Amino acid sequence: MYPDDLKYSKEHEWVRMNGNIAEVGVTVFAQESLGDVVFVDLPEVGTDIEQFAKFGEIESVKAVSDLFSPVGGKIVEVNSEATDNPESVNTEPYGIGWLIKIELSDTAQLDGLMDAATYEATLD
Amino acid sequence: MTISTGAGDIDRRLLMDRSVSGRRAFTVSESDVPEQVLPDSTLLRDDVELPEVSQLEVIRYFSVLSQLNFSIDTNFYPLGSCTMKYNPKINDELSNLPGLADIHPLQPEETVQGAIRLLKNLQDDLGEITGLPGVSLAPLAGAQGEYAGLLIARAYHEARNDSERVVAIIPDSAHGTNPASAAMAGLEVVTVRSDDQGNVDVDNLRELADGRTAVFMLTIPSTLGLFEPNILEITKIIHDAGGLVYADGANLNALLGLVKLGDLGVDICHSNLHKTFSTPHGGGGPGSGPVMVTDELAQFLPKPVAELTDDGYVLATPAESIGAINGFHGSFSIAARAYAYIKALGLEGLQSVSENAVISANYIQAKLKDKYDLAADRYCMHETVLSASRQKKRGVAGLDIAKRLLDFGIHAPTMYFPMIVDEALMVEPTESESKETLDHFIAVLRQIDDEIDASPELILEAPHDLPVTRLDEAKAARKPVLRWTPEE
Amino acid sequence: MLGVIGVDSLDGLLGDIPVEHRHPSLNLAPGLSEQELSSVFGAIAAENASSSNGYISFLGAGAYSHYIPSTVRAILQRGEFVTAYTPYQPEAAQGTLQVGFEFQTIICQLTGMEVANAGMYDGPTAFAEACLMAARVTKRNRIGVLSTTDDRLPDTLRAYSKYQGIEIVSIAPDATEIPDDLACIGIQSPNFFGQIEDVERLTDLAHANGALSIVHVNPTALGMFKAPGEFDVDIVTADGQPLGVPMAFGGPYVGLFACKKAHIRQMPGRIIGRTTDTKGRTGYALTLQTREQHIRRERATSNICTSTQLIGLMVTVYAATLGKQGMKDLANLCYQKAHYAASEINQLAGFSVSGKGTFFHEFVVTCAGDPARINAALLQRKIIGGLDISERSDNGMLVCVTETSSKADIDRLVAALSEIGVTA
Repeated sequence: MYPDDLKYSKEHEWVRMNGNIAEVGVTVFAQESLGDVVFVDLPEVGTDIEQFAKFGEIESVKAVSDLFSPVGGKIVEVNSEATDNPESVNTEPYGIGWLIKIELSDTAQLDGLMDAATYEATLD
Repeated sequence: MTISTGAGDIDRRLLMDRSVSGRRAFTVSESDVPEQVLPDSTLLRDDVELPEVSQLEVIRYFSVLSQLNFSIDTNFYPLGSCTMKYNPKINDELSNLPGLADIHPLQPEETVQGAIRLLKNLQDDLGEITGLPGVSLAPLAGAQGEYAGLLIARAYHEARNDSERVVAIIPDSAHGTNPASAAMAGLEVVTVRSDDQGNVDVDNLRELADGRTAVFMLTIPSTLGLFEPNILEITKIIHDAGGLVYADGANLNALLGLVKLGDLGVDICHSNLHKTFSTPHGGGGPGSGPVMVTDELAQFLPKPVAELTDDGYVLATPAESIGAINGFHGSFSIAARAYAYIKALGLEGLQSVSENAVISANYIQAKLKDKYDLAADRYCMHETVLSASRQKKRGVAGLDIAKRLLDFGIHAPTMYFPMIVDEALMVEPTESESKETLDHFIAVLRQIDDEIDASPELILEAPHDLPVTRLDEAKAARKPVLRWTPEE
Repeated sequence: MLGVIGVDSLDGLLGDIPVEHRHPSLNLAPGLSEQELSSVFGAIAAENASSSNGYISFLGAGAYSHYIPSTVRAILQRGEFVTAYTPYQPEAAQGTLQVGFEFQTIICQLTGMEVANAGMYDGPTAFAEACLMAARVTKRNRIGVLSTTDDRLPDTLRAYSKYQGIEIVSIAPDATEIPDDLACIGIQSPNFFGQIEDVERLTDLAHANGALSIVHVNPTALGMFKAPGEFDVDIVTADGQPLGVPMAFGGPYVGLFACKKAHIRQMPGRIIGRTTDTKGRTGYALTLQTREQHIRRERATSNICTSTQLIGLMVTVYAATLGKQGMKDLANLCYQKAHYAASEINQLAGFSVSGKGTFFHEFVVTCAGDPARINAALLQRKIIGGLDISERSDNGMLVCVTETSSKADIDRLVAALSEIGVTA
């Protein structure tokens, strides 16, 4: 449910590091709480984003939630699969349902995030 | 090809798919004037694409569609906070009389004295009922009434050069239109907590009310169907801080003749004629949301306000009016229906409306509380908020129960509102229903509770007996199809 | 029942209401029987002047007299439409929803636009919401409104935008340049004076400056005149009242709202979409609800909740009844009668109708004298004259002629004006 190789924010986003690039998405808990995701509003490539700032919105039939970036930097890629087929966020939130990729401005920011066990404990 | 039968196989083709070229439902009269020169053809369109069906097909199409609806006329409809009471047919008839339906809003006032007199009389009656004598019937729905009320509050503070007041304090239990209207009025929304009894947390309110408070928006009774036991203290806190108290009157059906909002310290309120005063919901409107204020605030009311002068009835613009909030004078034929309702009931009738509404809701609550949790374990007013949290633990959500009720020909209660109650089901029977209907409703809900253990799929896959089963709302949102298009 | 609840009397349930304010005295009359009520209303109606007591009227200016086919009234008898609630439980409301979907389709067909919502309060509020939408889409806060619109449009916009940091800028209809920071140009065509505006030119001008083009139309005119969608307009609004809705002293009406598909998430109001049920059968449901107040609350596109669904039903039945040919014939008939009236009035000494531009069914008469005086004299002859617009057009009277005026009615107006003008 909460892969060990990822880091987590309290706003239910996850980060997967690949060199200096952070891949970001929402957790299983987030997509379950939302229900069927129908729309994802993501920023443009090239946008600068601060850690924990809002970068977009995610909508289900009955709810809308802000998306907060777990890390800061420059957005280098935006997942068109998530915007074209929002159900991918429900079916594979850690896989093809990723949302954005950020070129990290400060790797120390990762220390401010939780590991899988810590995050899962917050869900009770 | 086999033609199928059954309720689920109703022909759902749209008008354009039923159209046959050249078919007509109506003939426009021939011109009786000499032929005129048409404009340049570059300004003119080719044909307008619209249905081509016969008049019988029009009647049959819409008649069959109507049979796919639940409605007050055909079903018990205990939608909390919507007040689905009987809509008297005489009111529809009278508001459509020649002389009422066919008068133009800009006719000279001397030619519409009857119409303006009706508006004035309704203003007076609503002012009397709420204890807030300044009334405008301009707002076209509750949300517009709220917005007008907030503009009035802002105008009041601005007139006193109190420009710091930009905050609207709103309970976490509020209807969505409250914060939406506040945002439109440029107010910062600050949320006040509810306590575990569903009341406004008075201590929290005391902390929040200050020199930046423009208005406190409160639904009375609350969205949990409960009357604030601390209402006088609440209004005093707001007034002491220099703010105004706005009452969302959506739940006025609980209060007619029992208490006046003006006596409780309310400064501004709106009412929903399409709830409390029996005007038809129409599938989503039209409504009417008159705004009522104290004498002191009457100068800020939106135009028009009907007045009686020495020269007869006029539509006036108050001295410091917030201006026009829509095109004309409000929903006149809705106002006419509400006026008919009030005249027919009279004082005693209106009192008995609220008395019976309150008794009916409490009766339902008393007979279901052993099976369904109550949002607050105390007497309610005209509606009761049940929680399906016990049922959720057994595998069935409030949503599923709502859908299962449809199989019994009963419209679901309001679901998941207020947001502070888990698995909320808000039940408002209204005063229109007989004890037999209420007993039937209670029996059905008790049976559904039994079904959770015996045959949960009946509930989880409900509704079974309607023209459609559960609709895929995610699909409707992901790939929106919002109009007919010709088949490829 | 009180026994079941566990109280001795109703007052046992009212404990939270301060006792000193309970059961106040109310100055309300006793109730009436249905028969007495009918009498009261008969008397109220009789005090008003309308065609039912021998008056003819040439008023327009935003509310129009049109013949309403019997099909509209017949379908309004169906309590299943009239007494249903907003379709939040779609399985129990397929009637309302399919009608709403047809309504959206019809609005798109009339206006030539890609998507439409299920209706707003009225024309002016739809226009105001369109301007606010343009501000959101372009992230600009100056709104251009053509100076030839009905004042009710910018007046309503002012009420809606007062605390949103919006500035309203008046644009001349023949402007060749506009500020480069406008969110939109709001155009009414036919305009307040009845004239068709150059929508194409103004739309190009707007787009060249990064602004949206909003056009507020008369839906009856769309049976004849080019649809705004053909000019790449961004948002179209209108009042739907002319399409089968009684004038009813100003309401309830229905606001029409249509736009480009690209802007759909910023469109206010309810939207109905098509989908399927668990057995794959077609059905309809409210969709894109996350724009609305019940979900997004203070961040909603609009605070609108209850709108005007039943009026939308009337418009849908009307459009289905008139159909493709009927809408065309009706527009032509109104045009013919109005132009006949204009040319007859223009021939009267002291009255003139400008030959400039193109009009549909409304035109300005420059009168022999003060239009208020002329209207008073007309009223004595049981004629309700056109709207006195002398504040915006010297001695101007805005006259509207629809299919509900016979040639005899028009000739009666002309003869009366002729008499009145002579004795001026």
